[in-house]
Amino acid sequence: MNEAALFTGDSNEAWELPSRGIVGMLCLIVAEATIFLIFVVAYVYYLGKSLAGSTPHDVLSIPIFTTICLLSSSITVHLAVSAVHHGRSMLASIWLVATVLLGTIFISGTAMEWYHLIYRDGLTIQTNLFGTTFYSLVGLHATHVIFGLLMLSFAFLFSLRGHLTTEQSNRMEVLALYWHFVDAVWVVVFLVVYVLGR
Amino acid sequence: MDGTLVEAEEIALRNSALQVLHNWVTTVDHKKIGLMYIGSSLLFLVIAGIEALVMRIQLAIPNNTFVSPQAFNRLFTMHGTTMVFFVGMSILFGFGNYLIPLMIGARDMAFPRLNAFSFWCTFFGGVLLYFSYVGGNGLSGAGSAPDVGWWAYAPLTARPFSPGHSTDYWTLAVLLSGVSSIGSAVNIVTTVVSMRCPGMTLGRMPLLVWLYTVMSMMAFVTVSPLTAAQIMLMLDRYVGSHFFDTQAGGSAVLWMHFFWIFGHPEVYILIMPAFAFANEIIPVFSRKAIFGYPAMVAASVGIGFVSLSVWAHHMFTVGMSAGANTFFVLATLTVAIPTGIKIFNWLATLWGGKIHFTTPMLFAIGFLFQFLLAGLTGVMVGAAPFDWQLSGSYFVVAHFHYVLVGAILFMLFAAFYYWYPKMTGRMANEALGKWHFWLFLIGFHVTFDFMHIPGILGMPRRIYTYEAERGWMVWNLIVSSGALIQAVATLIFVWNLIWSYFKGPLAGPDPWDAWTLEWSTSSPPPEYNFAITPVVESRRPLWDLKHPEDSDSYYE
Ligand code: HEM
Ligand SMILES: [Cu+2]
Repeated sequence: MNEAALFTGDSNEAWELPSRGIVGMLCLIVAEATIFLIFVVAYVYYLGKSLAGSTPHDVLSIPIFTTICLLSSSITVHLAVSAVHHGRSMLASIWLVATVLLGTIFISGTAMEWYHLIYRDGLTIQTNLFGTTFYSLVGLHATHVIFGLLMLSFAFLFSLRGHLTTEQSNRMEVLALYWHFVDAVWVVVFLVVYVLGR
Repeated sequence: MDGTLVEAEEIALRNSALQVLHNWVTTVDHKKIGLMYIGSSLLFLVIAGIEALVMRIQLAIPNNTFVSPQAFNRLFTMHGTTMVFFVGMSILFGFGNYLIPLMIGARDMAFPRLNAFSFWCTFFGGVLLYFSYVGGNGLSGAGSAPDVGWWAYAPLTARPFSPGHSTDYWTLAVLLSGVSSIGSAVNIVTTVVSMRCPGMTLGRMPLLVWLYTVMSMMAFVTVSPLTAAQIMLMLDRYVGSHFFDTQAGGSAVLWMHFFWIFGHPEVYILIMPAFAFANEIIPVFSRKAIFGYPAMVAASVGIGFVSLSVWAHHMFTVGMSAGANTFFVLATLTVAIPTGIKIFNWLATLWGGKIHFTTPMLFAIGFLFQFLLAGLTGVMVGAAPFDWQLSGSYFVVAHFHYVLVGAILFMLFAAFYYWYPKMTGRMANEALGKWHFWLFLIGFHVTFDFMHIPGILGMPRRIYTYEAERGWMVWNLIVSSGALIQAVATLIFVWNLIWSYFKGPLAGPDPWDAWTLEWSTSSPPPEYNFAITPVVESRRPLWDLKHPEDSDSYYE
């Protein structure tokens, strides 16, 4: 058998495949999206089925400010990526820190909301079906935000130390993709929980 | 003098054994991880097989007291859970891990460390599941092994009905297996999308790679819901939420939906790789290219989609609306179209071919025949009125084992014999292989053909014993003896694997005269797979090399 023929075929056409990081992240996003979907379904299915305790209408107020913060962080992270892409490390640090700040405002908003719900309204995960589905859905999202914030902070530290060069732009893109996904999920959660469900 | 020498040798030996162990535990090489997956699932196959045998011994005669009712509940739960999550899923990802990079001319999977993580995750999941036998009141009281069925219906899993930790073991083990499956699936899709060697266009990928890709994509959208449902169940059990708590207005039917949204496509996830193996093995031993490659790809994608929308055929007896029942019956029966296409294409591949009846081919032919029969009983239980009669009876158990054993396990055996030379460098023993095939075939049909009958006579599943007057005894005795024959055949198989590893004749790179890329490497392949990245120009790269006068690349 002439193995050489197999391995030196003259295929001169450029052979470019998508990057591993992006494809992997897209796959993960599909998987995560279905996890969120199940929690959303449970939330909607149990709307108004609680036998006791508070209802969404009694206790939820629409978190407009923090939502605006979170959604605008999608823009800042995008700007950070293109700064990295153009090799402008300083600029990237600024956009990254802006993203982290916006995200932190959002998560503080959630923390305050939960604090009030628990100590003022007495709504916990055990209270009723609303508490169960609300805390798990919003909590699942918050977990994703916190994880994203950690990763973004690491990226920020790297950029401060000058490690965020153009070679890293692919990785930054993967991270930004995740962050856009977290924002997109919030749009759904916001609509289902705070607008339609109330 | 002599003593110290022996001692030194011993130490050297021990060190090298440690070294080998260390190499395996820390490896990120896709072939070693693939083999570890396969090894661990073989181990679990034997354990779950023993559980099946014990159940069949218990059911062989009426009023048997071989095991207690409680132990029986544990047996069928552990058997089902192990078979699906720790045998089926592991073995499939095992073969996938081993073969996919070789078949697409890559050096490794896209994320080697994620790959190792996935394996250890599922392995510890399985260990945890069995560790439950020593928890609680220990082994003789059978510990706190799960006893809620592999479907774990609410509210059986709620604290009041399932005190202690049995359900916690179950849900943690399944969660670990789910995380691992999602990781592996992400890895497979990414590898296929971004690691193919030059010239390996989507239209030239081996069908096995196509089917694994479809299967992995199904895993994202079905295993993740299961993971979500496990998280909910854990919240219910640990922090007192009410997802499936009927006392607080929660719904048991919601769990059923969540479970079967995963559970039904899961059987297709398990059978996709069986199709994949058939797609490689049947053409090679018919000495013909597969018939209708594009139709095969389309049918697989079609099956993937259809299987996502039929889950509630497991819930006809729950009392859904007539509209829902009708929808799910129609959706279920639609799957006959793409599967029909597949069967026709396999037959067309065999047609007029020079068929070589090697052991892998025998298993593949058994698969074709049994898969067809399983499809027929599938159509029966897929029709709601029929299902109302038979749901929860042994007819259903017979039907799904026809698929799980008659199709999936048969194709797994075929895959073992087919790729054994590649993985070990030695041929498996053909004579033992044929003994294995014929005995297993007989045992399978004695068990599962006859199991339909007590089902029709009204024998419910999950009962631990029955009275003599019911008239089920003869059938059960036959069924149980068939299970014994299968056990003997499986022993021959295991013996063959071990014996051939040491004594089998050397295989050489391409013992079957096959045509996909993995056969262009030495057997077993070197650590880096390919010294030079291959370039392919057709669907059968090795065929082109061996038959330049009839190269596929002329036809494309
Ligand atoms: C080859 C010999 C096998 C025998 C003799 C056997 C026998 C049995 C028996 C007696 C049951 C209990 C049925 C009941 O009481 O409801 C059972 C259940 C089950 N088996 Fe098998 N089995 C075999 C192989 C397999 C394989 C290969 C798989 C999957 C890959 C499998 C998957 C299952 C599942 C999912 C259940 C349902 C468990 C439950 O109801 O919770 N079995 N089997
Ligand atoms: Cu099904």
